[in-house]
Amino acid sequence: MAVDEKLKIELGKQGIVVTTIQELYNWGRRSSVWPMQFGLACCAIEMIATTMARYDMARFGSEVFRPSPRQADLMIISGTVTKKMAQQVVRLYNQMAEPRYVIAMGACAISGGPFKQGYNVLKGIDRYIPVDVHIPGCPPRPEALIQALITLQEKIDVQPLTGEERPRHLDAEAQGEFPVPVFGEHDLEPASNKGVWTVPKIIQ
Amino acid sequence: MKTVEEIKAAIVAAVPGAEVTIVPNPSPSAQTSLLIDPAHAFAIAEFLRDDEDLALDFLSNVTGVDWLDKEIAEKVKVTRQVEKPVEGGEPGQVQIVDETVEETHKHVEPGYLEAVYHLFSIAKKHGPVVLRMRTPNRTDKVELPSFTPVWRSAEFQEREVFDLFGIVFTGHPDLRRILMWDEFKDHPMRRDYVEPDDFEYEPTAHDEVLKRAQEHKAEVAAGEVEP
Repeated sequence: MAVDEKLKIELGKQGIVVTTIQELYNWGRRSSVWPMQFGLACCAIEMIATTMARYDMARFGSEVFRPSPRQADLMIISGTVTKKMAQQVVRLYNQMAEPRYVIAMGACAISGGPFKQGYNVLKGIDRYIPVDVHIPGCPPRPEALIQALITLQEKIDVQPLTGEERPRHLDAEAQGEFPVPVFGEHDLEPASNKGVWTVPKIIQ
Repeated sequence: MKTVEEIKAAIVAAVPGAEVTIVPNPSPSAQTSLLIDPAHAFAIAEFLRDDEDLALDFLSNVTGVDWLDKEIAEKVKVTRQVEKPVEGGEPGQVQIVDETVEETHKHVEPGYLEAVYHLFSIAKKHGPVVLRMRTPNRTDKVELPSFTPVWRSAEFQEREVFDLFGIVFTGHPDLRRILMWDEFKDHPMRRDYVEPDDFEYEPTAHDEVLKRAQEHKAEVAAGEVEP
């Protein structure tokens, strides 16, 4: 149910707050997105810088980096995901409680980046887990990470609590656990999770 | 420090039966290396470490090189006797003439795997001395002696060479893969390594990637792989 914006402002002037459960619920969620404390490569240095005084991610409610996936809402994939590390990343994501979000930070996390042609590098973490925000850059500046967080907050803000568009944690049918790839003789098996990732079409 | 020739002479004097070949390096670094035979390699290594003049107590680097089978074409001038019709003579009348022909002979030089060691002396402040060892071939005879008992720093680096090149170091205390996972079967730094076809082809592919993209496209068209 939407509230008329003008009426809301008018009532606000009179000291009356009008809101909806959905708005309140999403405001609460988006204002306390706690990231998981783990870094994979050089992007992690920028992630650390983002939390420090100069960029101060605390302004957006994301200052509490939790060392346990059970207490974290956001996974920042900060750096190259090697094929050997991919299992751990997917496993950590599986251990996180819903609602959970993923930011793929930097060229490596979104596509393999400069190491894309390496035999040991996963060509983008979105092959195994759903990614909410991708940030390009090598590494992205702290401002870019803050932009990604704001983008994520905007995404959370408009999530309806009921209906087809509702988030995964309110959908009992939704897939909660993502299969962990196993080490094969030549590559990870399977090479991607077909449920979350399809080969992008090349438009020529 | 002794020159490479002097080191070679010292090795041959100290280790009876050792075969040492000097491999020249024409580049500006001029790091001429010593090719040693695997059978005496361990004795040579101990000598290099314990000799008072050399005292090569520090192994700084171990690496591998993959040399593929090489096809060598040589042009050889061969003189042969050829029958030729006599000019102005009767039809059918022939004479034997010597003729020089250029022939190309091709032979395949078998490939091998090579381990390269860089040694320094911290006590004497000199180095590097570069050692090389070669395996008989690149397929089944890929054993070389391990230098880990002589220089402890060889342990992880020999494991890396084993992982990426497939050289089996006999006498290594813990020869396992170090970078790739244990189930992995290939050796990625070998020059005939085939990468898994997990590439996400960009629209602006060029060079090597374009070639792979085209091969991938053909395989998809033939229905051999999923897109």
